[in-house]
Amino acid sequence: MGKILMKGNEAIGEAAIRAGCLNYFAYPITPQSEVAEYLSWRMPEVGGVFLQGESEVAVGYMLFGAAGAGERVFTTSSSPGISLMSEAISYIAAAQLPAVFVNIIRGGPGLGGILPSQGDYFQATKGGGHGDYRLLVMAPASVQETAEMVMQAFPLAEKYRNPVMILGDGLIGQMMEPVEFPDHLRTAPSNKDEWASSGMSTRGSSRRNLVKSLFLDPETLNNQNLLLKAKYDRMKREEVRYEGYNLQGDYRVLIVSYGTMSRVCRTAVDNLKAQGLEVGLLRPQTLFPFPERAIREAAGKSTCRAVISIEMSMGQMVEDVERSVRGIRSVHWYGKCGGDVPTPEEIMEVVRDLDDGGCQTPGCICDKE
Amino acid sequence: MAHQHHIDTERCKGCGLCVAVCPKQVLDIAETVNTRGYFPAYQARPEDCVRCALCCTMCPDVAITITECDSAPSGAC
Amino acid sequence: MAKTFTKPRSLSDQYTHYCPGCTHGVIHRLVAETIDELGVMERTVGIAPVGCAVLAYNYFNCDFQEAAHGRAPAMATGIKRVRPDLVVFTYQGDGDLASIGMGEIVHAANRGEKFTTIFVNNAVYGMTGGQMAPTTMPGQRTTTSPAGRDVQQVGMPIKVAELLAALQTPAFISRQTVIDPKSIRKAKQAIRRAFEYQVAGRCFSLVEVLSTCPTNWGKTPLEAVDWVRDTMLPYYPLGDLKTPED
Repeated sequence: MGKILMKGNEAIGEAAIRAGCLNYFAYPITPQSEVAEYLSWRMPEVGGVFLQGESEVAVGYMLFGAAGAGERVFTTSSSPGISLMSEAISYIAAAQLPAVFVNIIRGGPGLGGILPSQGDYFQATKGGGHGDYRLLVMAPASVQETAEMVMQAFPLAEKYRNPVMILGDGLIGQMMEPVEFPDHLRTAPSNKDEWASSGMSTRGSSRRNLVKSLFLDPETLNNQNLLLKAKYDRMKREEVRYEGYNLQGDYRVLIVSYGTMSRVCRTAVDNLKAQGLEVGLLRPQTLFPFPERAIREAAGKSTCRAVISIEMSMGQMVEDVERSVRGIRSVHWYGKCGGDVPTPEEIMEVVRDLDDGGCQTPGCICDKE
Repeated sequence: MAHQHHIDTERCKGCGLCVAVCPKQVLDIAETVNTRGYFPAYQARPEDCVRCALCCTMCPDVAITITECDSAPSGAC
Repeated sequence: MAKTFTKPRSLSDQYTHYCPGCTHGVIHRLVAETIDELGVMERTVGIAPVGCAVLAYNYFNCDFQEAAHGRAPAMATGIKRVRPDLVVFTYQGDGDLASIGMGEIVHAANRGEKFTTIFVNNAVYGMTGGQMAPTTMPGQRTTTSPAGRDVQQVGMPIKVAELLAALQTPAFISRQTVIDPKSIRKAKQAIRRAFEYQVAGRCFSLVEVLSTCPTNWGKTPLEAVDWVRDTMLPYYPLGDLKTPED
């Protein structure tokens, strides 16, 4: 089937179905309620399960129950909703269950706003819930990429038996773009007989399965954490994805930016290039695992004088960028998060200042005094 | 067909609920402690036991069972 | 007529961690007997709460999931929706169900989710050391109501069975106790009926069971049984409060 024009939120719902996930539990919250509206009629069409829970807290545990029973399942929400699900996400990671969470970020903190933001970077990548767990976090920059990442999330969640998060924002959810759902991204669910509480007769087994996360014995709990850590270390080896733009040029400044924000930066890079200023752009597609080595190598280019993280937040990813660059170049931040997406012109001005050697951004990470 | 009344003295926690519900006052709490530090119940007057299973019903730990056995009706299987 | 009595197959051999005289053990047995009698162990999934019964999964031989505090009804909803063929039950205490998990149980019941909840009401938070629960009696001393529950400060104990029975969606809601063989037999009938409604795909079912907590009540097992009879029963009347036939 060819490309169709679809709102991001609806594409998310369709993508899950096309990936082979027929179970969706959710709670309304702007700016992503359209996913639930879409699936409320689409899921029954394909014989799937659609249920609106009484709260995001409950929805998080509906996912736990369904995933624990061995079925593919996903939900979508936005920032405050993801905060409420964070305990369940920790439990799902601890019990090693595959589940997919989509966060269409809105302005925060608190009730914040309903316009796009990237203010949940820390929550997604540094753990919004308790304990030593990580989420595999993918950040799409278009409706097409969102659809593909949603489809890829299910086999990844099953490969690692861990929750996977798609980190979008209000723009991606609300805008319409042409999209298609590649058949090769439809996958069969992996076998879960070894661990799922799917019913002994379902597995033809006399051995019952127990899905839990309580380990009162300290050594057992430590081993459990080491087992989870091994998975996260493996993600760092096998799942890092990023996209370079104009990285072959002799760029004087390297921008690191993801999602919607990176698209604006792309325009700024083109405009500056036309004005004779070479700028490189590295777009992380996975936020965990973070493309540390790629950023360090790109920053190390001889012509590059400064690195800047441009994000719709008060500077979160910039900390990971600084950690990756390890001091070989100065690292800066620019961003706004009220919901106004910075314009190409703003980006161009910030980058020119950097090129002239002066960072004009108040509160930038670079002023260490 | 005789019925064998049995108290698993390791499983019993000596809570005394069975002793209280026995209509024939057959049961009592032992003087000797089990390996887990409890003084289990036992049949002080087994001959009075009518195998009504009220003690089994009341026991929170399923420590008391009554099973059929084919030997003498006195219940000493 | 002499009876036989053996441990139900669905109940494991493991010694329980429950305190001497705690009637959780009786309730476990009634659930396990029901599962045996209905022959559904191989397609049953139990959900353990957070509280004394968190280790319930060690005492049953069927598939189990361990819930976060109060969330068992949401997990049961998730399982039952994606696998309606499974027999699903939650086993929860009063802190778990009536305090942090009140939202979940009310909405699961109101949606008419086809699973069964065994709600053990022992008027305190047991596992954490006897704190006041939503079901703590007026004037009852607990580790967080040392002068006794002050209904002026924290309100009256919540009658969960009545509260859920007021919902309009058909359900089977019963309150029982397990303080003597007669009440145990009646509790068994209610639990059996609850599971039968589930197996028939009929409605949501919940059995509230008044249970003892000798340790945290500071009573002997026998005194605890009497306290349920003398203090709890008048406030929490027994019986089937609601049936789908109503």
